[in-house]
Amino acid sequence: MSLTETTWDEARELAERYPQSRSALLPMLHLVQSVEGSVTSDGIALCADVLDLTTAEVAAVATFYTMYKRHNTGKHHVGVCTNTLCGLLGGDAIWKAVSEDLGAGHDETTADGLFSLERIECQAACTHAPVVTIDWEFFDDSTVEGVRAALKKLKKGEDVQSTRGPVVRGINATERQLAGFDDGEVHASAIDDKMLAGLNAAKALGQTLPKSEV
Amino acid sequence: MVLTPILTAHWDEADSYTLAGYKRHHGYVAFAKALKTDPDAIIQTVKDTGLRGRGGAGFPTGMKWGFVPQNDGKPHYLVVNADESEPGACKDIPLMLANPHSLIEGVAIASYAIRANHAFIYIRGEVPHVIRRVRHAVDEAYRAGLLGENIQGSGFDLDVVVHAGAGAYICGEETALLDSLEGRRGQPRLKPPFPAVAGLYASPTVINNVETIANIPYIMRNGVDWFRQWGTEKSPGFKLFAVSGHVQRPGIYEAALGTTFRELLEHAGGIRKGRKLKFWVPGGSSVPMLTEEHLDLPMTYEDMAAAGTMLGTGTPMVFDETTSVLKAVSRWLQFYKHESCGKCTPCREGTYWISDLLKRLEKGEGKMEDLGTIEDLCRQISGRSFCALGDAAATPFPAAMKFFRDEFEAGISTPADQAFNPLSSTVFVKAKG
Repeated sequence: MSLTETTWDEARELAERYPQSRSALLPMLHLVQSVEGSVTSDGIALCADVLDLTTAEVAAVATFYTMYKRHNTGKHHVGVCTNTLCGLLGGDAIWKAVSEDLGAGHDETTADGLFSLERIECQAACTHAPVVTIDWEFFDDSTVEGVRAALKKLKKGEDVQSTRGPVVRGINATERQLAGFDDGEVHASAIDDKMLAGLNAAKALGQTLPKSEV
Repeated sequence: MVLTPILTAHWDEADSYTLAGYKRHHGYVAFAKALKTDPDAIIQTVKDTGLRGRGGAGFPTGMKWGFVPQNDGKPHYLVVNADESEPGACKDIPLMLANPHSLIEGVAIASYAIRANHAFIYIRGEVPHVIRRVRHAVDEAYRAGLLGENIQGSGFDLDVVVHAGAGAYICGEETALLDSLEGRRGQPRLKPPFPAVAGLYASPTVINNVETIANIPYIMRNGVDWFRQWGTEKSPGFKLFAVSGHVQRPGIYEAALGTTFRELLEHAGGIRKGRKLKFWVPGGSSVPMLTEEHLDLPMTYEDMAAAGTMLGTGTPMVFDETTSVLKAVSRWLQFYKHESCGKCTPCREGTYWISDLLKRLEKGEGKMEDLGTIEDLCRQISGRSFCALGDAAATPFPAAMKFFRDEFEAGISTPADQAFNPLSSTVFVKAKG
């Protein structure tokens, strides 16, 4: 896909959402990446033009943030958390297995263009370690077998549902969501037992508060 | 001390994240009350509660609001720091997933109090499932006339923008977050001026953590005395504690501040079967670790400080004896190296050298002088960096050396993976005994 008049219109729409248009740069970079799969020179030029910045100013921002990719990426982004806690609890083993299976290392894409692999930092889901993400949807309490099965399904073109609910739909779809164009999947997510651990314990112990207070 | 399901009270209801679900439990009653209250009186109420920031630093929230100059003719802004990415911290993400309206109502009340007509919720980009929920909640609030122009006929206008980040831990630092929100590289600013005077677009700005703001509706409705029935004089109220790691039941436990770590650990089912506690980190990787001797410490800002650590985000990571401390610290330093924004030399260069030296020790190829060199580097970074990320990077090593010096010394001849079988620390391994 290349940048069309629609993308330009959407970029201008993003600029209008903020008191000062430059604030729209991060969403706008998510937008151009959602169309082209990476932040290309064309994408940078578009952002610069809409926001009246130089391409150097935009490139400086695009290269600072790890979610923006400056080279071709796969259809699906696979992230394995290898920060301390996830790494020790199984993330390292998952990383090794997935990386060997796919024949790709950190920030590399498989030959068939299906997967980009990344060692990611803490996803704020430490209670659910080890955590894996596909297209930034969460796969909590991951196992080597579980991740292998998910990737196999994606290879066959089958739907894969993340453990928190949403179905993975390719990294470009996620990037569009992040840019601020909603995909309507808000109801797909669910709260799980780990998030409810304290509440359930409080109920069992009779430590809930009067309804008038909460 | 007891569990206090307040923010979490209705998370188990299927529609807890919707306006209907929230309204069923007094949702937006506090905002209606606020709109009929003098904004300064609201700031005073928050000051009187003694509520402290839940993002890590623990700064008194009411005082922060009070720093915003009034009648200065400038626009004011409220920015919610929803960039939760501190290793170990995982409480704001579930909160926004389960009950985003408590955040939106808090945003509305806080904005009204500081006289802001524009608020931003800066959420890290890697959590689309949460961004959907918060955007949906904002849309619902607009449709119900709870945001927008002349809210409920009060004459108060408020626009709320949900903004997605793009992968940078440093944007959790409040001035880096502001630069990022202005469409720049997320690098911290020199302070002063502080954001309360010159923040977003050089205008007075309050930046608060998600959980802090989500407390506001409950405070507004139930009052100061209600809030202060929990916690201590210096750490009043309740807190979302996220207990992770080698415990039987990792999860979110909302409890009164002052609950001891032993009590929290008991709620979490204790250490996994057949294992014993080695060390725990009370509030994210940026605070010094503690051991078994600290089990009975109350989880408060002041008790943690007295023990030489910090409450931080209140999200203890727990590790049992299968864990290599050297490997844990080494991995944290790789994280800080990766996330250093590069603006100041001590942090940029220091994290690079420390993480390289630790990697060498981890491989069992270290030299005796490495330990001293790392200690030196930590001293050079701490207090000499532009922002707290540098200080944080200089924290894990000296703290670990205090309790586990021998493990680092072993790195001169023994690889960490040989001293500690990596499989043993995983959740895949079968319970011992």
